[in-house]
Amino acid sequence: MITVKFFSLVREALGVQQLDLQLTHEGMTVMAVKEYLVSMHGEHWREVLFQPNVVHALNHRVVDVTTSVEEGAELAFFPPMTGG
Amino acid sequence: MQRVLVQSKTFDVETEYRRLVGEFPGAAVVTFAGYVRDHCDNGNVMALELEHYPGMTESVLEVLGQQAEARFGLHAWRIVHRFGTLSRSDPIVWVGVVAEHRTEAFQGCQFIMDTLKTDAPFWKREHLDDGSACWVASQCQDEQRRAQWYQPQEEK
Repeated sequence: MITVKFFSLVREALGVQQLDLQLTHEGMTVMAVKEYLVSMHGEHWREVLFQPNVVHALNHRVVDVTTSVEEGAELAFFPPMTGG
Repeated sequence: MQRVLVQSKTFDVETEYRRLVGEFPGAAVVTFAGYVRDHCDNGNVMALELEHYPGMTESVLEVLGQQAEARFGLHAWRIVHRFGTLSRSDPIVWVGVVAEHRTEAFQGCQFIMDTLKTDAPFWKREHLDDGSACWVASQCQDEQRRAQWYQPQEEK
């Protein structure tokens, strides 16, 4: 099981703040998780999660979509950050 | 002393300065304070909403402070950043650094500000006086400023 979190515009577009997800196989990548989420929730999720500027953070570190997601991880999706 | 504070309540710059320098100011101290603007491209700003990612925010700011410390030989540094709903002119962020010389102090403070704008997981939404609200888009120039710190030829 992993925890998936959504922030800002991504959270608003999906209408979900957080969900738990059972990984389907070992070594599942961030990209595979995104595809899995689309398969579960519909094509609208593809339009949101596959926007080119969406940032992926795994256990509080920004990663690319080829990174493997381990059991118990926290994965987050959000738009580019605007701090300061 | 905790060097990173992420909080909804306001802060006082004099208090933060004293916490940074302690009894002795050191040779060179540079601080930056950022406040909520009263206007943006779309109109007059009444309030600023700041969403953040608890846990990741603190760890990113700690890493950026440590990078600045190592890179510019900082003696001390401190970052305070707010989240939640802020009114115009409210303080948002405060960064203070202490170094041996002014160049390192200026650079260390600017490095932290330039990198936290694009690396710390905050998202701003401006509420305007016409009742509308819009998310603030990331700026290309912010990415460029961040990138300048990581260019290989930067170390001269």
